[in-house]
Amino acid sequence: MSGSATTQQTLRLEGIGLSIGYGGTNVLDNVDLAIPTGEITILIGPNGCGKSTLLKTMARILTPSNGSVLLDGKDIHRLDTKGVAAKLGLLPQGPIAPEGLTVRELVAQGRFPHQTLLRQWTRADEDAVNGAMDIAGITDFADRSVDTLSGGQRQRCWVAMVLAQETDLILFDEPTTFLDLKVQVDLMDLLAGLAHQRGRTLVIVLHELSLAAAYADHLVMMKEGQIVATGTPDDIFTAARLKEVFGLDAKVLRDPDNGRMVCVPSGSRMRSAAPVTAS
Amino acid sequence: MSTMIAPTTGTHPVRAWSGVPVLVGVLVLAFLLHIAVGAKQLSLGTVIEALTNFDQTVFDHVIVRNLRLPRAVLAVIVGASLSLAGALMQGVTRNPLADPALLGLTSGAAFAVVIATRVFGLSSMLFIPWIAMLGALGAALVVYLIARLVPGGATPLSLTLSGAAISAFLSAVISVVHLLDQDTFENLRVWLTGGLAGRDITLLLYVGPPIALALIGGVLLAPRVTVLAMGDEVAQGLGVKTGALKMQLLAVVVVLTACSVALAGPLGFIGLVIPHVVRLYVGSDYRWIVPYAALAGAVYLLGVDTIARIAIPPREISTGIITAMIGAPLFVQLVRRRTR
Repeated sequence: MSGSATTQQTLRLEGIGLSIGYGGTNVLDNVDLAIPTGEITILIGPNGCGKSTLLKTMARILTPSNGSVLLDGKDIHRLDTKGVAAKLGLLPQGPIAPEGLTVRELVAQGRFPHQTLLRQWTRADEDAVNGAMDIAGITDFADRSVDTLSGGQRQRCWVAMVLAQETDLILFDEPTTFLDLKVQVDLMDLLAGLAHQRGRTLVIVLHELSLAAAYADHLVMMKEGQIVATGTPDDIFTAARLKEVFGLDAKVLRDPDNGRMVCVPSGSRMRSAAPVTAS
Repeated sequence: MSTMIAPTTGTHPVRAWSGVPVLVGVLVLAFLLHIAVGAKQLSLGTVIEALTNFDQTVFDHVIVRNLRLPRAVLAVIVGASLSLAGALMQGVTRNPLADPALLGLTSGAAFAVVIATRVFGLSSMLFIPWIAMLGALGAALVVYLIARLVPGGATPLSLTLSGAAISAFLSAVISVVHLLDQDTFENLRVWLTGGLAGRDITLLLYVGPPIALALIGGVLLAPRVTVLAMGDEVAQGLGVKTGALKMQLLAVVVVLTACSVALAGPLGFIGLVIPHVVRLYVGSDYRWIVPYAALAGAVYLLGVDTIARIAIPPREISTGIITAMIGAPLFVQLVRRRTR
């Protein structure tokens, strides 16, 4: 396990010695993970490697059998959960809105951590909801029912809900799954803007290797419950690593225009270098 | 509800608020009408006079106060309770078909009352609410545990299936008890079809306070039900203690269902249909669905019970039969509208 990347600012979220086991096998095996503030950290790894489990543990949804997660230096699993929700947001994989719920109603649920029994809805809540819908680009259909929207629009609504929560830290579990490539790229651009223009700290579990390499400031590769490599894509996104972690024969090329890394699998039947989804 | 500052969430905020006085007005009207009609028709003026300026020498006033008012109050309480309980259950289980009857709570309560009456010879009405509560809670736990054992856990589907199975089983046992014992059958026959005729209004002294608490609790918990309806992980991410919240909601639902069963027998369909009717007007946020469902449920049961009393004079049809006879076609119509 390599050491955590250097962090320019104070560390806000950190996992130390995390282990979780089900029935004798460890899904997470003594994992250390420090999340650099104000950057995009992307977790990748083959199915069942524990990346989603790690994300849920960092989000206090799962409790580790060993180790602890520190949020601003305090054990997140011992903190008041509503207080945590005012600092850290989570978008789980494949959320489903109740039938008939409108976009505005959905986004408004993100204000829950800021409300109390007596203080139900304020100007600040209203502003946060409008602002979040604006950033996510969904203001035009604010009054439509979520289940009438396309997959990409729907996912933007969920992103807006987490944004309305107004937390510095946001965790996403496979936010691009089942979306068209163009929509995936649009969504990742939206998330990149959150980190780089608005100073949010993001942790994202991704399936798409090339997207991960293109958007990660900080890349984390996992295999069999352990972190195999962490670092910038430039440093660790290599053909040898992909072979080691995924068992994938692939070339890693560099886009001559923007310098981003692209992964091109060299499967035995593949005849040309088509764009790739590795799910 | 009065503590909310600005109802700016929701599709129809204006509609959402404007509906409250309308619905309260309809409720008052249905209440007075329910009292006015019957074997002896009374004018609305007489009814209002009897309620506001009671004169015990006037025979009509005595009819209103002693015979008809208790029944109307019962209809309001039971209708509101069952409808609110159904709305909460639909949110928690994320299952549009959930209602106290379908998930086994109603038959659990009825089963417990029948067994207590038959096996232990309990006849005091005072115990019935508590026995019904135990039965409803027991049935809820059994339904949940069976659903948990299904591969995939307590999903809406497994909860519905196990609820239907437990309901059918308990109803079968109730039938067996009837076949073995004609006396119990005669005593409980009317009670078991569900109805508001000849109910013991003194029971309200005992079930009134828990019902009032549960109704208030349900309305206060309603905003969290919307969060919960988006899935456990989303809710946990927003800082909801999902386990504790589900327990609180279960307590509210069990109290409302059991007390309703104690008061009026197992009445079906109200908890299923009314929340769906309400959704057509207030959308999908439980913050609105829950209070509206309570008001609409009270109106519905008042209306249904009025029909039950005047449909085939001089006799009376059991309210439980009319709720299903009206509720079923209403529900079919709802399903058609939603699947369009």
